[in-house]
Amino acid sequence: MRLLHPLLCRLLLCLALLPAGAALAQGMAAPAAADPALEARVMLIAEELRCLVCQNETIAASHAELALDLRQQIRQQLEQGRTPPQILEFMAERYGDFVLYRPPLKAQTLLLWLGPFALLLLAGWALWRQLRTAKPGDAASASHLSAAEFERAQRLLQSPGERP
Amino acid sequence: MRRPLLRWLPLAAFLVLLAFLGIGLQLKPREVPSPLLNKAMPVFSLPTLAQPAQSLSPQDLRGQVWLLNVWASWCVACQSEHPLLVDFSKRHAVPLIGLNYKDRRDEALRWLGRYGDPYRSSLSDTDGRVGIELGVYGVPETFVIDREGVIRYKHIGAVTPEALRDVILPLLGKLGA
Repeated sequence: MRLLHPLLCRLLLCLALLPAGAALAQGMAAPAAADPALEARVMLIAEELRCLVCQNETIAASHAELALDLRQQIRQQLEQGRTPPQILEFMAERYGDFVLYRPPLKAQTLLLWLGPFALLLLAGWALWRQLRTAKPGDAASASHLSAAEFERAQRLLQSPGERP
Repeated sequence: MRRPLLRWLPLAAFLVLLAFLGIGLQLKPREVPSPLLNKAMPVFSLPTLAQPAQSLSPQDLRGQVWLLNVWASWCVACQSEHPLLVDFSKRHAVPLIGLNYKDRRDEALRWLGRYGDPYRSSLSDTDGRVGIELGVYGVPETFVIDREGVIRYKHIGAVTPEALRDVILPLLGKLGA
């Protein structure tokens, strides 16, 4: 117990420092927020945009310099009174639809949008066919039992303790 | 399974999956096609690196086929393509314009002094604003612009000898450079 004690202390200290570390990381991610309301709007738009430098992160989450610049761009455009859809369009015009986390519905993205529904329909159709063809087959195999077999099965079902 | 054909369905589905995986591995997700292709070069004007009092705009190059190369002294990949650009500028009359992206002037000038300056002129995009207009997301990037000021090609990453020989030079020829 005496040996365990310092170790436990250290562990507890680590645990206590964890939130502090997380807060520090948060502070680094957040830019200088002069106006919290504006900053919240900036982040709302930034969360809709993919960072092209680290492609699986949003511009809101990324630490890349480009993400910082683009957040600054969003901030300035909001200050100029531009609407969020206008800002998203601005980004898509320069970096492509790829930056939009919600891809627009157009000819190129039709498969992306309709593919899952098409697959669901296909699976539903396959299931329906399977169920429809399986039923008569089962009934037929059940009737193949002879009278003696049927009687034996009946006996087995009625007395669960009995071993054949 | 009453129908023998149905027995092969899982294997067929697996092969289709495998084919998609194979195609997926061949793709280069880092090279995002630019929506600016076949669109007019954005309008901007920037001070030149050599003489900050002077400025240059893409409009000044109207009527010529030219290349815009985005570079920075802090960019490691730029060093690998740089000898190729220096060589290109010696062999060809096509104007090669540099866009010095988010760099410090003194460091940019020192970098050109060390590795050679292939650019007819370099523009200082200190805050990266023009980079955003051009959809730049990784340095280096190289644009081919035609006589009408339309972006005809964008190369992402360091220009390789193969890309220059197989894509950029034929395109320049086609555009009548």
